[in-house]
Amino acid sequence: MPHIPLPAGIPGIRGPMNYSPETAGPMNELANVLLRTNAHRPDSTLTEGERELIATYVSSENDCYFCQTIHGAVASHHLGDEDWSLVYSVKSDYQQAAVSGKLKALLTIARSVQKGGKHVTADQIAAARAEGATDRDIHDTVLIAAAFCMFNRYVDGLATTAPVDAPDFYKMRAAGVVANGYAANDPK
Amino acid sequence: MAHIQLNNDAPGIRSLVLYRPDTGKPLYELAQALLRAGSPDSTLTDAERELVAAYVSGLNCTSFCRNSHAAASRYLYGQERDLVDQVLADPETAEISDKLRALLAIARQVADDARAVSEAQTRRARTEGATDGDIHDTVLIAASFCMYNRYVDGLATLTPTEPAAYEAMGERMGTLGYVLPKPQ
Repeated sequence: MPHIPLPAGIPGIRGPMNYSPETAGPMNELANVLLRTNAHRPDSTLTEGERELIATYVSSENDCYFCQTIHGAVASHHLGDEDWSLVYSVKSDYQQAAVSGKLKALLTIARSVQKGGKHVTADQIAAARAEGATDRDIHDTVLIAAAFCMFNRYVDGLATTAPVDAPDFYKMRAAGVVANGYAANDPK
Repeated sequence: MAHIQLNNDAPGIRSLVLYRPDTGKPLYELAQALLRAGSPDSTLTDAERELVAAYVSGLNCTSFCRNSHAAASRYLYGQERDLVDQVLADPETAEISDKLRALLAIARQVADDARAVSEAQTRRARTEGATDGDIHDTVLIAASFCMYNRYVDGLATLTPTEPAAYEAMGERMGTLGYVLPKPQ
């Protein structure tokens, strides 16, 4: 049961976001800029699907069920990963997953950020650059990883609920996110 | 030296929001909403909110955020400013309310492992007078500083060492709040 009374029937982060619209606004704007808008900048080489994979991986390292499942579903939607096998392979061992060397190098940076910002090394940054990552890619990777260390803690620290063994729920929500972006409520 | 070319010589998170105002805008708006406004039923003062932020940043070993938010909290506490260093040294012995002590324990749990925030911890806070909004705001302040700290350290931004630099920042944060810096 959640630690504070949240609106019934709204799973995951949308419960606390409905409870506190003043903070939900900037949190959703941050997610939209980082996971969607910035993918289309000229100096970005990271697609929306790859950004969602970083979010999913960090949420998995933080063991946040809701976040890793919804962002995994969004990543799979973008990447044509219908059976979610690519997302599972990134979560279990990204070094062996069918993703680019650049994304592997950025996932290594994301993993360091998840442990703590000071774990990021100059060698990790150099390795990402050698694979073609731009400064924006590195910036966005660090901030996506950092932001999910917030989103995950918000979701779990208030003991929100999440549907389990319900892939269709997450697939449907993912389609909504891909079409409309991140928001506290569905478009009217 | 920062891990990427930021094209400015501002310290800490200011260098990052100058570099990327598009992400800086929601990051500062979130800080303003959490550290200056808060939930409608919340009993936490601005000084206490800044103290939760400084305490979590200390746990995460991010000196820039710890020192700047501690300075803002000292500025806002005024004559009671000594409480800030008491809490940073040990919240259990600091001369603060038992409500704030209970909320700081929740903040510490969120930073360490948010899945383990317990009903016993939230009950203790409620017994001492914490409202739903206090618990919500404490969890999200702690969670958001687990982001801000990682952002500042993960890109190896500039961390001033002289205490006077933080005193000036604390006064600015205490008077103006969180306003995006103008491009240099």
